[in-house]
Amino acid sequence: MTKALSIKDLCKTYDNGTQALKGINLEVEQGDFFALLGPNGAGKSTAIGIISALVNKSAGKVEVFGHDIDTDLTNAKKQLGLVPQEFNFNMFEGVEQIIVQQAGYYGISRKEAKKRAQPILEQLGLWDKRNSQSRELSGGMKRRLMIARGLIHEPKLLILDEPTAGVDIELRRSMWDFMQDLNREKKTTIVLTTHYLEEAESLCRNIAIINHGEIAENTSMKGLLAKLDMETFVLDTTGLPEKMPELNGYEVRVRDESTLEVDVHKGAGVNGVFQELSKHDITVLSMRNKANRLEELFVRLVENPHGGPKS
Amino acid sequence: MNLVAFQTIVVKEITRWTRIWSQTLLPPAITMTLYFVIFGNLIGSRVGEMDGFGYMEYIVPGLIMMSVITNSYGNVVSSFFSSKYQRSIEEMMVSPVSNWVILAGYVGGGVLRGLFTGLIVTIVASFFVDLQIHNFWVVISVVLLTSILFAIGGLINAVFAKKFDDVAIVPTFILTPLTYLGGVFYSISLLPEFWQGVSKLNPIIYMVNAFRYGFLGKSDIQIGIAFAIILVFIAILTSFAMYLLNRGIGLRA
Repeated sequence: MTKALSIKDLCKTYDNGTQALKGINLEVEQGDFFALLGPNGAGKSTAIGIISALVNKSAGKVEVFGHDIDTDLTNAKKQLGLVPQEFNFNMFEGVEQIIVQQAGYYGISRKEAKKRAQPILEQLGLWDKRNSQSRELSGGMKRRLMIARGLIHEPKLLILDEPTAGVDIELRRSMWDFMQDLNREKKTTIVLTTHYLEEAESLCRNIAIINHGEIAENTSMKGLLAKLDMETFVLDTTGLPEKMPELNGYEVRVRDESTLEVDVHKGAGVNGVFQELSKHDITVLSMRNKANRLEELFVRLVENPHGGPKS
Repeated sequence: MNLVAFQTIVVKEITRWTRIWSQTLLPPAITMTLYFVIFGNLIGSRVGEMDGFGYMEYIVPGLIMMSVITNSYGNVVSSFFSSKYQRSIEEMMVSPVSNWVILAGYVGGGVLRGLFTGLIVTIVASFFVDLQIHNFWVVISVVLLTSILFAIGGLINAVFAKKFDDVAIVPTFILTPLTYLGGVFYSISLLPEFWQGVSKLNPIIYMVNAFRYGFLGKSDIQIGIAFAIILVFIAILTSFAMYLLNRGIGLRA
């Protein structure tokens, strides 16, 4: 089956000599919910810019649903919807005007665009604001306006570049639901970049991590998380003895008079931790992961790009 | 050609310049009224006749043309640069709109503002002078082609502009002097032979004179040459604008 997105040996060197992409290869299956992660300046936005014709590539090949951006750019663009990281609409134009204009650029008549815009704006909670100038919207509303604009031509591949940046938790959750519906119900392939790794872990089935212009990891989310050999838990207790005893098989660090950090190796299970603590009359009140699992892997990958995660 | 996209850009532009009518449509009406009052009524009566016409009658075509040139150019340069500055130009760049349509759409919007402003100035002029048209088709074709030419020029300026100052440099230091020295207020036949030759290097001379011919039937230059020069400039600037858009100069990293 044709890939939703296929990138081969993609390179980008800017005029100032910065090598943003060093020959990356990537494939996204149709219907996938794909995470493209990486630290700031890793090359994510450059890659997205090239795919969406906002940045000229230096070398390599990009195909969107089989349409090569060098030889069939018009059809490649028709398949693609982009929600960029930074607000890029005219601040003096109205919400509905922005959406209808965008549809017009894709050859969709004004009448049809207005028909399409209503359910999208309603779903994103912007219908009441349709006549407002975009500059009057809150930050969250502006983000949703960019999503609405990216969807008006019903793209088969939607690229969301940090769509939930600076958005409050409640709105972020509702945007997750919206993206999941889009992926499940409308079968839209989604490529998501985000710095909220919890977001990528909850939403995405496959993942690529890009670092210093190279792909550091490209696998399924499950496959990547399986590489995690150890998790650290934070335990709140009723109180710790003055001299903390050793726990058999577990590495322990005392954070304060009642809080512990325990490293648990994959497969060891956490029951043993409680048994060991019970032996020393330490009562656990609550327990949580020190860091998001994906976050741990991500930090290891970007700090040790050539070594990869321990397995 | 994606006609819906073309129409979308033109409508977007019309919406823009009508929304800010106090910045786009009102100033030319006021400025031209002042020109007519001062140069036409007060000073013009002392100047006497120019090429056999009253001075006011003589300068009207040039003043209309001046407002058409300024507004066609100004609309495209400010609108396109503003789209670049706010990055809303990316809305078009990610969509399947061809560069031809982008160029035609912006030029269409600029031409319509230029012509609308020209119409306002013509209406204002009709209060001061009894306007007569010698050749309607010359009037229409010259004003349309000149407006197209300067709208394309505005887009090229906007492509190169990196800050708002760059938008004002060409109109202030090139366009205004060329227009004032382009025979709007005088006949070049009044100049010494050397300066007549120099004046003929100014392309605006040809446009103003061809337009004046359409109204008065009098011109310092041959109409055929004027049309040829305007068309050649349009062809050169169109090719250059398309080259810039296709290469993404000033637009794509």
